[in-house]
Amino acid sequence: MNENILVLEGVNKHFPLNSFRMRGKVVHAMDDVSFSLRRGEVLAIVGESGSGKTTTANVISRIYRQTAGRVAFEGRELSGSMSRKEELKHHKRVQMIFQDPFGALNPTRTIGGIIERPFIIHKIAKEKRSVQEMVDNILTQVGLEPPEQFTRKFPHELSGGQRQRVNIARAFSVEPDLILADEPTSMLDVSNRMSIMNMMLNLKEQHGVSFIYITHDLAGARYMSDRITVMYAGMIMEIGPAEDVINNSFHPYTRLLKSAAPSPETGLKRNPLTTGGDIPSLIDPPSGCRFHPRCPFTKEACSLEIPPMKKIGNDHYARCIL
Amino acid sequence: MIELDRSEMTPLLQCKDLVAGYRIKSGFVHAVDDVSFDLDRGGFLGIAGESGCGKSTLAYAIMRLLKDNATIESGSLIFEGTDLVKLNEEQMKKIRWVDISMAFQSAMNALNPVLSVGEQLIDAIHAHGEASQSNARDRAIEVLKLVDIPRDRFNSYPHQLSGGMKQRVMIAMALILNPELIIMDEPTTALDVVVQRTIIEKIQELRKTLGFSVIFITHDLSLLVEISDTLAIMYAGKIVEYGSSESLFSRPLHPYTKGLMNSFPSLTGKIERMGGIEGKPPDLLKPPEGCRFHPRCPQVMPICRESCPVLEEIADRHSVACFLHKGAEDW
Amino acid sequence: MMLKDTLALFIENRKALFGLMILIFFTGVAIFAPMIAPYDPKTNKVDVLRIVDEEMGRTTTIEREQIDEFTERRVYTQSIATTYEKVTTKLPLNARPSREHLLGTTKAGQDLFSQMVYGTRITLTVGLVTGLFTTVLALTLALVAGYFGGIVDDIISLFTNVFLVIPSLPLMIVIAAYITVRGVIPIVLILGLTSWPWPTRILRSQVVSIKNRDFVRVSRVLGEKPLYIVFREILPNMISLVMASFFTSTMAAIMGEATLEFLGLGNVSIVSWGTILYWAQNSGALLSGAWWWFLPPGICIALIGTSFALMNFAIDEISNPKLRKR
Repeated sequence: MNENILVLEGVNKHFPLNSFRMRGKVVHAMDDVSFSLRRGEVLAIVGESGSGKTTTANVISRIYRQTAGRVAFEGRELSGSMSRKEELKHHKRVQMIFQDPFGALNPTRTIGGIIERPFIIHKIAKEKRSVQEMVDNILTQVGLEPPEQFTRKFPHELSGGQRQRVNIARAFSVEPDLILADEPTSMLDVSNRMSIMNMMLNLKEQHGVSFIYITHDLAGARYMSDRITVMYAGMIMEIGPAEDVINNSFHPYTRLLKSAAPSPETGLKRNPLTTGGDIPSLIDPPSGCRFHPRCPFTKEACSLEIPPMKKIGNDHYARCIL
Repeated sequence: MIELDRSEMTPLLQCKDLVAGYRIKSGFVHAVDDVSFDLDRGGFLGIAGESGCGKSTLAYAIMRLLKDNATIESGSLIFEGTDLVKLNEEQMKKIRWVDISMAFQSAMNALNPVLSVGEQLIDAIHAHGEASQSNARDRAIEVLKLVDIPRDRFNSYPHQLSGGMKQRVMIAMALILNPELIIMDEPTTALDVVVQRTIIEKIQELRKTLGFSVIFITHDLSLLVEISDTLAIMYAGKIVEYGSSESLFSRPLHPYTKGLMNSFPSLTGKIERMGGIEGKPPDLLKPPEGCRFHPRCPQVMPICRESCPVLEEIADRHSVACFLHKGAEDW
Repeated sequence: MMLKDTLALFIENRKALFGLMILIFFTGVAIFAPMIAPYDPKTNKVDVLRIVDEEMGRTTTIEREQIDEFTERRVYTQSIATTYEKVTTKLPLNARPSREHLLGTTKAGQDLFSQMVYGTRITLTVGLVTGLFTTVLALTLALVAGYFGGIVDDIISLFTNVFLVIPSLPLMIVIAAYITVRGVIPIVLILGLTSWPWPTRILRSQVVSIKNRDFVRVSRVLGEKPLYIVFREILPNMISLVMASFFTSTMAAIMGEATLEFLGLGNVSIVSWGTILYWAQNSGALLSGAWWWFLPPGICIALIGTSFALMNFAIDEISNPKLRKR
């Protein structure tokens, strides 16, 4: 059962700019993004702002259509236009959890009203009564017990962690094959983060749901995922098994991320960052390798053309000529 | 880190039994409830806590910037021999920004969008110090240089700068009158991890050259352990554990501290399931009876429900407020 | 915010309460007008008919007596039997307020208090109906343009912006001057069709901003139908703005109606606060100092305007908690 349920090949997403000054230019949000995801696997996409990680999730969930390239889910290709029935089927298979737990909940609806929608839209429940049962069941599964206490409440009456549990419950209620989690814990209090992360791991283990876990936190990615892919300025820089990417980081950007991450164990024995600079503009990205202006190992070839993904280990690839 | 001979030097700031909070219709919210700590000259105190623990109120209380219905009810803040709580606004103005300054949370919102960066720095100089126009301008350029912002950015507006640069402007503004103490309230929270690291390095470099002390407030405990000398863990308005960061990291005593440490996955070591903490922080208007953490504590005892433990020194430079660690003679 | 919460907060707010009281007061006056007004608003005399004797037949005047400057007494017989007495009291012309005429009379002898009372009906009706019409029209256009975006939005926005640029008051005046049908309905239509662009723009912005919030994106990812999203996800989050828009439109309509009537472009034979002002102006009330004629309608229009403004402030405070005082 280790087949690929999601395959991205050479996916580009460019947003055209509308203003007169910028006519003809685009925002290169994603360029040549390719990876695959196996059933039951957790793939982390790690990157800073502008890396393209959220855009990737939006393309997979079809909030955006890709500009170029191929996206295939469970063998079926997701084309530019799909019928309403096909779209609905896709939404039943791929769900998304957003970063802001409060923003993802309609403030004028009760928790019960919010959770029952997926069951009704996808006609999972047969009669009204069983919708209620399913709502109670899913709330219990995410730890919001007793469910009756929560169904009548409004989002603003819950804590951040509870709200995120509601979001997870809603995403999970349609029994998707893939859940895209976009920085699900970064807006939560520290003490709540672990339980949310553990809950997602439990869902994966008990129900075989695949996850794409988007984060800027390398340590969190290591905790959650089987494989990690590092994105920078819209392109994948490195991808491989989690331990390999972290312990045998190849790409200079991955090494930069690793050295910048807080790690109490190293404490005072830390070397200062050797790399300065800022994340480049996505409208006029640097030529060739997008990291070359900041790379301590840059060579002339780096600015001339974009390096292809090169195999550097078992299932471990990096986009670097080193 | 230099081991200071503490018997010779009095701390730069001594906070004793500070109580501060907000008066609302239904009562008084004790955001800061009986807080005490010491900050040595040139030291780096980290205050860790989650939302609603009172750390921001503490920061504003030290600066005497509490507004409207927020007040300091009791306690003292001895800064270089003067009790800040007892000063009136006139006297405090002489200290504010000159001796103690602050870098606020989310620089994006703290900078005035319609004034250029240079103008805002000059404003800060004029508001708290006395300088001629040209002196002020020179000083502003000098301090921007200190934080690695090029001179040609003097006339830029906040929206033209990146997040990291805005934060550095914030720090420059805090440094401008060469204070002894800078309070930083979540200065790097909204920034990317690489930018965050460069800002932290810059702060440490400036500390070495200029010698100011820092109170650094954040929820990111793993970062704080790395960069602070002394660490205070706040929960529901009280400090529950306090001491050197090495001691707290290697031997956390309070169950809350242990829970927090257990909430940060690490980049090294074995990957295994970690705990985290159940429940949510209490309502500061009606905090739980006894120890404020007891409803969430995995090691709760009957006494915890009845009385509230106080900070007690258990080891050298390590205090904790917990009945699990009370001295034997108190039982 | 839930509708119930909004209404609860609204009623708690002192400004809203005050404004609401004024509105309720005037509504009560409008509803119970026949019972409150002592005279018919358009009449300038009072007839008291009395049967003196009971018989049958033709009507002839047998006696006619002018009792005083205002009162005339006629005695009729109707053929053989009944004798009536009709005492016609002409109302005083241009009289100052007195116990019989609380707000005095017009130059034609009409009781102003009665006119004001009955006038409330037209003024409020036109205001509220127009406000409702404008708001519904604006909301519909806003939802369609905001949610569907693309070319639909472009067309509607272009249309809106063009109409926005045309000054509404001159447009109103020109249309009113040219149409031949006089009455309340044309006024409602004129006012409605010239004031929809402004709220449309405002409501559309709100629709777009809500549409971009995460919970609407979630609904789309879950597979909700667009109609459901518009009515159950977006619209409930706009309640305060829609209410504020309604109050503003109503206020504008009341002012607009008064303006049109004052200029004589409405139907001057109906009784509304605007027509009272028209006749006051026409009869030189300002010059003759007949303050009881033009002051009451002016004050009442201002009062109703204030009531809607207050309710609008309350809505602002509800939607933006930072404006609330503790």
